Amino acid sequence: MEKNYHVCTGCGLLCDDIEVESEKNIVNKVYTACRVGVAHMKEARRAEADFLVDNKPVDEDTATREAASILKNARNPLIFGLGTSTNETQKIAIELAKKINATLDDTSSFCLGPLVEALIQDKLKTCTLDDIRNKADVIIYWGTDPSDSHPRQLSKHTYFPRGSEKQRGWEEERTAIAIDVRKSHTAKICGNYFFQIPPKGDAEFIDALIAGLSGKLPKTSYNYPPKKLLELANILKGAKFGVIFVGRGLIYSLENLEPLFKLMKILNEKSNFHLIPMVGNCNTMGFNKNLFAETGYVNSIKFENGTVKHGPEYSVVESLKAKTVDAALVIGSDPLLILPGSIAKNMLEIPVISVDHCETLTSKHSKVYINTAISGVEAGGSAIRMDGVKVSFEPVIETNHPSEEVILKKIMEAL
Amino acid sequence: MTNAMELYQMLPKTNCKKCGKTSCMAFAVALMAHELTPEDCPPLKDEPKYKENYEKISEIFKPSEGATETGLIVHEDLCFGCGNCVVACPPNVANDPYGVGSGNAPRNVNKLVLTVENGIVKAQNLGECRRFGKNKILCNGCIVTCPVEAIEFV
Repeated sequence: MEKNYHVCTGCGLLCDDIEVESEKNIVNKVYTACRVGVAHMKEARRAEADFLVDNKPVDEDTATREAASILKNARNPLIFGLGTSTNETQKIAIELAKKINATLDDTSSFCLGPLVEALIQDKLKTCTLDDIRNKADVIIYWGTDPSDSHPRQLSKHTYFPRGSEKQRGWEEERTAIAIDVRKSHTAKICGNYFFQIPPKGDAEFIDALIAGLSGKLPKTSYNYPPKKLLELANILKGAKFGVIFVGRGLIYSLENLEPLFKLMKILNEKSNFHLIPMVGNCNTMGFNKNLFAETGYVNSIKFENGTVKHGPEYSVVESLKAKTVDAALVIGSDPLLILPGSIAKNMLEIPVISVDHCETLTSKHSKVYINTAISGVEAGGSAIRMDGVKVSFEPVIETNHPSEEVILKKIMEAL
Repeated sequence: MTNAMELYQMLPKTNCKKCGKTSCMAFAVALMAHELTPEDCPPLKDEPKYKENYEKISEIFKPSEGATETGLIVHEDLCFGCGNCVVACPPNVANDPYGVGSGNAPRNVNKLVLTVENGIVKAQNLGECRRFGKNKILCNGCIVTCPVEAIEFV
């Protein structure tokens, strides 16, 4: 019997084999999903009020009208978030940004943005998670801990499952390697193949590894045992199908991506290596791809009368720091919580419209709050997985909350 | 942990054969191997003079709280449902190679030892576990693959 599987939008993995038992539009039981997914599907709805203006309940029309008037009166509004929105919502948000000459950015500008941009521009070799399951023999986790951030990655895609060309699985045919500053949960699984480096030591470690791969003696200022580095270099050289999962730990530690490009180049001369960014939110990858298709940039842009400006000054952090934006539309994100306090506090000075399915710190300090359906649980659509594969999904349960897509369309109309 | 000799000391030592074994020593060995339970010795169970010893032996063989027949305990507060153990468990792979063995959702739940339900791993069908039955071995597939030590055998 064909089972009815749902897609979990709890993280960038978009697991598509989730079974759900629901009754009267309440999710009772979730099978196969990890705790992150279960929490996302069962407990995501926390806000009670549907539409608030100045923290007073209003109806939908009043809220969208108020939102539209804030955006209309703003000289340079900021649209931020969209990491958990569907592709369809993101495309409307880009249209909206164009219409109101807005600054548009998402969390990737301070996360994995540069890396995703390089991948979209084909500067680095990548593959899909299904390729990894079927073929990969060496899997490196660098500056990331999927056991905590993407719990099912090791069991569903990379290390543990049997694949078409890897029938013996993790016991004999796969090697998982963790390179991190601390012994994370993933590092514990990697056992002897955990390479602990000091914070900010990544660039030097890459250089030493390149030396090791070229047959030279690897040296680091923090005296990493050359024997261990050579052992790692030998494993990488022998890989038939290798993959590096890059997390924020590595990206934050590097001044630019040059060392990573160099490493990938030499790895592909000696063996066969691919790279996948550990994207956190379920559709940050989608936002980057959609925006790239539309403008040629992945984030941090400003529309101005039909032209597109791009640069770090249009990122959410810099534009709030310089106070160049005078209103904000936040969709499915909580910048007051995730941005540094000194920058986030500038947000309190401008009118904020928060479109989110749960109550957040940002929504509590917003002028307008619109409670939407949860993408992937209460609203359908499509999203792009961390490896660039498009995944479509239907709503698991029904709701009377409007979807983000509907709200953005209404705001567009009201403009 | 105790041994067969210590158990023998607590038994009636009458070799009455009511348990089906030839001697009390043989009964003690069978107890150690979990083939029989203290209740299988009628005198020990019924006669008041052995009451104290019966309670002592029962205490030794009482299953740990929350443990299954194979002694498997899932620490639910630690488990976060990554499913590593589900995919790594040898009987799971053998019974459902294209479902859990390949990292996907289970296709044949009736024969799986471990599944994930509401984000927490659940043990069932213990007859399939390699730690169960006559030919049991000390398999540790689910323990070594757990990043948070949520599975334990007692």
